[in-house]
Amino acid sequence: MTMEGLDEFHGEIGAEGVGDPREAGHARRRHPSAKEYVRIGIILVVLTTLEVWTSYSGLPHGLLITMLFGLAFVKFVLVVLWYMHLRFDDTRYSRFFIMGASGAGILFLVVLLLLKAFAR
Amino acid sequence: MADTTAHAAPVEHTSTGLPSTKLAMWLFLASECLLFGALITTYVLYRGASTTGPYPNQIFDIRYTSVSSFVLLASSLTMVLALTAAEQRDFARMRLWLVATAMLGLTFVGGQVYEFTSFYHEGLSIKSNLFGTTFYVLTGFHGVHVTVGILMLLSLVGMSWAGRLPDDQAFPVEMVGLYWHFVDIVWIVIFTVVYLIPQPKPAG
Repeated sequence: MTMEGLDEFHGEIGAEGVGDPREAGHARRRHPSAKEYVRIGIILVVLTTLEVWTSYSGLPHGLLITMLFGLAFVKFVLVVLWYMHLRFDDTRYSRFFIMGASGAGILFLVVLLLLKAFAR
Repeated sequence: MADTTAHAAPVEHTSTGLPSTKLAMWLFLASECLLFGALITTYVLYRGASTTGPYPNQIFDIRYTSVSSFVLLASSLTMVLALTAAEQRDFARMRLWLVATAMLGLTFVGGQVYEFTSFYHEGLSIKSNLFGTTFYVLTGFHGVHVTVGILMLLSLVGMSWAGRLPDDQAFPVEMVGLYWHFVDIVWIVIFTVVYLIPQPKPAG
């Protein structure tokens, strides 16, 4: 099915669309269209291919790690913002998620720095 | 046909102005971040600390795991397409996308079971060395989460088919979708940290 076909099928979800009926009465949020979702999907596939290619590329260790973490971060953010709708939903949901994700990140850095795991 | 379902979901009035279910789901996902953060930290902490084999470089098949990653990414796309169909009140198409998502999830879990079995035959058990312990615990926990997600997806399909979902079927689909995408983002991190980043030389 082409992207145009998908959009024709699902239609655009505009600001007056059916984003989240439970939030009726509050600011109703627009969710992306099927076309946008497919575009994000294609970008994710390209980034994953790039990741796998990078792991075989024989780049210097530091550059390799930076590139792999960078690509993973971009993929993570794309899924969270578009597929999980944090870009479109109330910012309070984002605060909850950022709280958990940054807690995990801080735990990761503190433990590994304290135990000098990066030195290996 | 189940597409015309029994009752409309009551609009929830809360002190936050947000649906409590969705807020609770995000709070749950935040706590899951901490769980997987701890497991990933433990894996990285013991990277290269095993004194006996088998070592990651000897058993990993990056090409095989890459295919699994593409499958899980594809399942995230089918999940959002199910949500779009639900928002358009095209419930037959919504169920189709949900079944596709569950099948892709099953393919991923099947691939993981095959990978675990082949690793076990190559001598890597959960008790073999530090790598075995941290690897199986981390990826096993993720696999269990994917399996729970598949059960949630299939339950959603069954309930929708039986007309047991509220009129607003997009809301439960969105909630299950949030969980499913979370499982996907955890895999994005695991794939990079466990499989793609080169392993340090063995301690032994």
